[in-house]
Amino acid sequence: MSDAPIHDSHEDFALEQRLGNLLRAGVLLSAAVTLVGGIMYLVVHGGDITHYHVFSGEGAELRTVRGVVKGVMRGDSAAIIQLGVLLLIATPVARVFMSVLGFMKERDWLYVGCSLIVLAILVYSLSHGG
Amino acid sequence: MHVLTFTLLTLTGALVAGLVGALTGLGGGVILVPLLTLGFGVDIRYAIGASLVCVIATSSGAAAAFVKEGFTNIRIGMFLEIATTVGALLGTVVAAYVSSSTLAVIFGVVLLFSSVQAMRPREEHITLTAPGSLGDRLRLGSTYPVNGTLVSYGVEHVPAGFAMMFGAGMLSALLGIGSGVVKVLALDRAMHLPYKVSTTTSNFMIGVTAAASAGVYLHRGYIDPALALPVVLGVLAGAMLGARMLAAVRVKPLRILFTLIMVALAFEMLYQGLTKHI
Repeated sequence: MSDAPIHDSHEDFALEQRLGNLLRAGVLLSAAVTLVGGIMYLVVHGGDITHYHVFSGEGAELRTVRGVVKGVMRGDSAAIIQLGVLLLIATPVARVFMSVLGFMKERDWLYVGCSLIVLAILVYSLSHGG
Repeated sequence: MHVLTFTLLTLTGALVAGLVGALTGLGGGVILVPLLTLGFGVDIRYAIGASLVCVIATSSGAAAAFVKEGFTNIRIGMFLEIATTVGALLGTVVAAYVSSSTLAVIFGVVLLFSSVQAMRPREEHITLTAPGSLGDRLRLGSTYPVNGTLVSYGVEHVPAGFAMMFGAGMLSALLGIGSGVVKVLALDRAMHLPYKVSTTTSNFMIGVTAAASAGVYLHRGYIDPALALPVVLGVLAGAMLGARMLAAVRVKPLRILFTLIMVALAFEMLYQGLTKHI
């Protein structure tokens, strides 16, 4: 393949910058949400006794995207922390989505395909669970 | 223990883990699970859930800088993430049938293996892609900056690297770690990429790999918000601090100390797992 696109083309550089900015924004936003939810949580539950040595699993509401959003609407602090966690999990997913768009722009269909496969696996994991 | 006391203690522990992880380049995730289970008596499933979330945070934060500097090979990352995410999904299936004790034993073995790898000297090599090979057809070769100029490199043994990445994904899901050691091994030793490209591309892939299993574990109730809170914020703060201190700290003795701690934790995890205390 001698006519293959040059790898570190200007367009790849632009994509790299966008991916970098997206990752940073995702982490900072998620940390901010977690911090806000965390302070609210500690004000109310700081005096409770911990239970982490026994595994009981989280309540149903904190296990799904819809449940977390519902909790956040009510102002539930645990749900706000969990929203921060969801934003963090969503950050790499958004990165893969942006890669799909970036490779499309470069008309690099092989890597559009690779990115779409990874995106499908991530969406499956987030929506179905196991 | 009261929630506030527990939160402050784990926050401190996670901060140290993130700091040392960033300074040594060995990642904090690999000591976070032993810290939570051995140090604070947290059930290993909660520890794995919290650790996975941290792994996403630190790898995404670091990747942001590496990608912009042009070290990361986003095509190799994207291609091999097919292997790591499928491996991670399979890992979550396996995790449902494995006891906590077995997980602790596997963790001990991986920790021991990681510490041995950490002590091995690194060698810098540049290879050329063989025309017509899989690496050529997938256009995986690229360039990276060395002292201000762009140097070209190629790639070898793509199928072997792909298979190792599948294993790395499985271990990541099973143990709640980034599996950076196995990923670097695949990129550096198997595919013969330059070391700096290997470490940054490995880091780039860790977030996506961990997200695949974190989604499943969220549904299973492994991710506790009150535990995620101190662990995520602590590790992130530690990693940021570490990145700033990097220029001022002598890394080598710290790396040796951290490796010794890893060995000690490995034996403790093995012991606790084999005697069914975990």
